[in-house]
Amino acid sequence: MNFDIGIPLPALLSQLLLGLVNGAFYAMLSLGLAVIFGLLNVINFAHGALFMLGAVLAWAGMEYAGLNYWIMLLVSPLVVGMIGVVIEKSMLRWIYKLDHIYGLLLTLGITLVIEGVMRSAYGVSGLPYSPPDALQGATDLGFMMLPNYRAWVVGASVVVCLATWFTIEKTKLGAYLRAGTENPKIVEAFGVNVPLMVTLTYGFGVALAAFAGVLAAPVIQVSPLMGQNLIIVVFAVVVIGGMGSIMGSIVTGLALGVIEGLTKVFYPQASATVVFFIMVIVLMLRPAGLFGKEK
Amino acid sequence: MTANIPALEIKDLHAWYGESHILHGVDLTVNRGEVVTLLGRNGAGRTTTMRAIMGLTGARKGSIRINGNETIGLPTHKIAHYGIGYCPEERAIFSSLSCEENLLLPPVLKGARGGDTPGMSEAEIYEMFPNLRERKQSQGTRLSGGEQQMLAVGRILRTGANLLLLDEISEGLAPVIVQALARMILMLKKKGYTVVMVEQNFRFAAPLADRFYVMEHGAIVERFAASELQAKMPVLNELLGV
Amino acid sequence: MLQDSNRRGQVAVYGALLLAALLAPMLGAYPVFVLKVLCFALFACAFNLLIGYTGLLSFGHAAFFGGAGYVAGHAMKEWGLTPELGLLLGTAFAALTGLVMGALAIRRQGIYFSMITLALAQMLYFFCLQAPFTGGEDGIQGIPRGKLLGLLPLDSDLALYYVVLGIVVAAFALIVRTIHSPFGQILKAIKENEPRAVSLGYDVDRFKLVAFVLSAALSGLAGSLKALVLGFETLTDVHWSMSGAVILMTLVGGLGTLAGPIAGAFVVIALENKLGDLGAFLANVTGLAWFNTLGESVTMVTGVIFVICVLTFRRGIVGELIGLADQWKARRKPAAPLGSHLVDRG
Repeated sequence: MNFDIGIPLPALLSQLLLGLVNGAFYAMLSLGLAVIFGLLNVINFAHGALFMLGAVLAWAGMEYAGLNYWIMLLVSPLVVGMIGVVIEKSMLRWIYKLDHIYGLLLTLGITLVIEGVMRSAYGVSGLPYSPPDALQGATDLGFMMLPNYRAWVVGASVVVCLATWFTIEKTKLGAYLRAGTENPKIVEAFGVNVPLMVTLTYGFGVALAAFAGVLAAPVIQVSPLMGQNLIIVVFAVVVIGGMGSIMGSIVTGLALGVIEGLTKVFYPQASATVVFFIMVIVLMLRPAGLFGKEK
Repeated sequence: MTANIPALEIKDLHAWYGESHILHGVDLTVNRGEVVTLLGRNGAGRTTTMRAIMGLTGARKGSIRINGNETIGLPTHKIAHYGIGYCPEERAIFSSLSCEENLLLPPVLKGARGGDTPGMSEAEIYEMFPNLRERKQSQGTRLSGGEQQMLAVGRILRTGANLLLLDEISEGLAPVIVQALARMILMLKKKGYTVVMVEQNFRFAAPLADRFYVMEHGAIVERFAASELQAKMPVLNELLGV
Repeated sequence: MLQDSNRRGQVAVYGALLLAALLAPMLGAYPVFVLKVLCFALFACAFNLLIGYTGLLSFGHAAFFGGAGYVAGHAMKEWGLTPELGLLLGTAFAALTGLVMGALAIRRQGIYFSMITLALAQMLYFFCLQAPFTGGEDGIQGIPRGKLLGLLPLDSDLALYYVVLGIVVAAFALIVRTIHSPFGQILKAIKENEPRAVSLGYDVDRFKLVAFVLSAALSGLAGSLKALVLGFETLTDVHWSMSGAVILMTLVGGLGTLAGPIAGAFVVIALENKLGDLGAFLANVTGLAWFNTLGESVTMVTGVIFVICVLTFRRGIVGELIGLADQWKARRKPAAPLGSHLVDRG
């Protein structure tokens, strides 16, 4: 096949896959942010730091306890989820009644604490983490070499996102979450323990971020700063997608990852800022976001 | 004997929204199986009283006993477990849920303390409100006003609550539907439910109630039985502009 | 009457601060350090105009502070502009950037507004990272102090000190004037109850934009001044952590108070410089060696201060002081006779 765009097909597809990988992280993180924001009305600035924590725990599990990737894929989100529960119960719940800016400031503070502690402990250079043996290497698909680990990241992320979407949109548990997002007081009046639901939702949201962190550990440098720049891009993703729909957040995240990947191929200098440019355009044409419902 | 314990007993209830002191010592009692109507002008504090019972206001002070249990210090999500169901004025049908999801949302509170009426089954509710069965999959807020009202009442009947707080259920509905709601309340009464109603529509409420309370400025100013209604009309005219 | 006593109190406080600032070099304070604090104090006051008085939380003010610093620094170093022109250029850049950012961000409310300012500022950060004239990781070094208006050499720390002090005081006076003006009153109304302001017929978006541009311009002035004073400009000033720093200063000092940001700037910069010493002190007192590493954990300490402030210290230093002063005044006043409030009306 001859695409005369100056880039050989395998290279293009390889970048596309990298874009999908980033898009998968954007999707999972913006999904978690949206779910938390819907129910708690708090923008969790700490999402990036907890993503990082998930990755660092994966590394630590291997380094100190010899726990392999597959175990950490389960353990890391559980641990970070529990940390999230502690954060919600000890700090977040005091600021719900306040102006929304305090939620942002509090979670910013928590971010700095987590990053600061990790920095003192591990410095800023990366901690090495290799993909598990089962996923090393690449598969020859004929038109390109498919790196196994990256394919796994995309696959696992999409499955987890879809499972989350299904749970929220199609199950009774999800009905409680959706109703609680709309009118928590009435749901409480029905006898549902909404405060508990809120705590567990925050825990789930950050566990999702930690899961993404474990997935990211072999591909992105595990360092205390890995969540920082990512979270700002995810904010832009969220503004572009709007937080009105779960599927919207997932699709927007993946799409923007792909667009970013393509930009790296054709116009590399803009790749760090292309998502922000798109945000500007969306703001001018459709301020509520692509899938947003004006709250 | 449980039959003698009032379904609802409120003594000297004060309630605030933030700094605003809305209820100034409300006293009211509702016996098992009664239908009681709370009358009063807009702003008198009727809806606030209902919300205060459910713990949906700010600070509260006084005593609220539901089926014999003191609930003044309890958080909202524990109050429903004492056998009380709340149908708010705004109906609060969830737009992100289907009609069926809305109906099934409130959990069935098995062994609701003090509640000896078993919850209605889904089938029984659809029998009472056949419209809802046809509109099962529709988005909750796509239903008509009357259908949403039926949904709002239907969903609390499933929970096992035997004390129902109904806030302005006839508001904005066509006369035919209002009549259907009146028949529903009489039927619920026959089944042993206790009903407390806030109603602006005097013609709707008057024939249904066993007793009346009138509120003004956050307190009860009049109380009388249905038999005294005619005699009290002049007073009511003055208080409510009926 | 109460207003007058408040006013007198305020004038007294500012008078004392001004006196202290005027005498500082005589009293042995290191002029450049005080100037650094003053620049950040101006930055924080400009930021406070937006958050404390209009209710808008911008997360991208580093773009104005650092961006203007780059522009002013480059102008003074590469183009040889005199300081006042350099400052003007920096301020103008910040105002223009503020206009663009503000126009975009104001399209959304609340949390979205904040996220948009953050994203846009991040764009500027990446631009500064990659653009040739900013010097990348090294930044712009050796910014000359030049001659003010081509006449007054600013090489001496003392000369620079009084010139910059004059500019900062003038800018601060402008902020105070703005807050007390009708324009400022409308901003307050927007902060307290925006729907009400809209229903009263005010073009709320336009007011917000003007406030945003003013805040951006003065932040730019602060950044340009800092570039002049310190003689260099780096990426730190356009990084989002600088936006976080100015938020912290305003929060610690007291949102929505006039003097709060000044106090907050002082506290945060002093803390930054002295954290190492504080750590050593705590290590000695408690015997825990870990405290010795406090100097390197600026990030963590900043975070802890944020958390504590949001949870328990929301009024900030000046806010708490004002609260205490009000309580003290209330206790001193005898109880008003019944019905006196009816007499006073009219």
